[in-house]
Amino acid sequence: MADTLQFDLVSPERMVASVAARAVRIPGAEGDMTAMPGHTPALTTLRPGFVTVETDGGEDQRFVVTGGFAEVGAESVSVLAEKGMPGAEFTQEVYADILAEARAKLDEAPQEHMDMLAKLVADLQALATESGLRPD
Amino acid sequence: MPSLKDLKNRINSVKSTRKITKAMQMVAAAKLRRAQEAAENARPYAERMEAVVNGLAASVQGSDTAPRLLSGTGSEQTHLLVVMTAERGLCGGFNSSIVKIARYRAEKLIGEGKTVKILTVGKKGREQLRRDLGDHLIGHVDLSDVKRVSYDNARAIAEDVLGRFAEGEFDVATIFYNRFQSVISQIPTPQQIIPAPVPEDAEASTLYDYEPSEEAILEDLLPRSVATQIFAALLENAASEQGARMSAMDNATRNAGDMIDKLTIEYNRSRQAAITKELIEIISGAEAL
Repeated sequence: MADTLQFDLVSPERMVASVAARAVRIPGAEGDMTAMPGHTPALTTLRPGFVTVETDGGEDQRFVVTGGFAEVGAESVSVLAEKGMPGAEFTQEVYADILAEARAKLDEAPQEHMDMLAKLVADLQALATESGLRPD
Repeated sequence: MPSLKDLKNRINSVKSTRKITKAMQMVAAAKLRRAQEAAENARPYAERMEAVVNGLAASVQGSDTAPRLLSGTGSEQTHLLVVMTAERGLCGGFNSSIVKIARYRAEKLIGEGKTVKILTVGKKGREQLRRDLGDHLIGHVDLSDVKRVSYDNARAIAEDVLGRFAEGEFDVATIFYNRFQSVISQIPTPQQIIPAPVPEDAEASTLYDYEPSEEAILEDLLPRSVATQIFAALLENAASEQGARMSAMDNATRNAGDMIDKLTIEYNRSRQAAITKELIEIISGAEAL
């Protein structure tokens, strides 16, 4: 069995990353999971968070995603993110835009979606704190 | 017979028209490259999305819990036609060809006794459809301020459509757009987006572990898939528009060139005729002496 897997991060507008990885940590909707070569095929939705890729060279690459889903296979991991960008591009302005959008949705959401969207906002804020941004 | 001065003016005006169409053609060519690139960049996402949705749909189809976006409302009475056209004209038959197939479909559905609702994206389609199907227009998406279509534009349209679906405003939604084939050929295409069409030969991808359940993932994915399809259609449309404009302006430039040649010949003839006439007058005057 190969000791790396093919990691692809695609957003609707472009292919953000495509590298060989030893392990990929994915922020699944029901908890983080780490995919390594030989993982059982799995499909999971994502919450806002970091996708951390341990590349073949041994260094870590971090990407920010704001939701979407991931397809994990024995030899590949594809993350289809609604918004995806390298960690360095996730600045205070980008975050402010995303947060404002999530809040606007929360304000006009019907009752049954309240919890889900409130969690989305909370996840976003946690994400910001972790990247060293102001979470407000 | 126009005077020499008139002809000269005519030639000059056609010449400046040619300059404009030539410039428009070059602008369209530059924009076309960008639009094509954008369409290409969006392809990996759309392809994977489609593969996953098809796999899931095949395994959920038929079960009672299948989401309505997949199984439909159980009726086909009300149709929503999303007609995507350009915001600007001067691009040959681009807008008319979309409007034509949309109008044909609408008339066919009305003839069958179905209810038709039309949502227009882009100003030109709205103008053309207002004349005879004005009563069926239920909304309009204005993209005239948008320089480059982004996924957010597509998502806004998708949210509008999905909101209407959730409120039971329609049963079946179809988008109409131009698929980009080449600079000289764009194919007007209808594509059903709700309920999600599942290819007959789609295989259920049972090998996956789902987290959360299959249904929950599908519930989350189907709206995204609608947005993705709309986004792909917008991008194809943008590329087609530039392609159509490029070839239309190329034709216009060539026609202007032909016209200049013709006018120049006419101008030279009239000038020669005037000279000849003057000569005859002088000669016959001299002979009379």
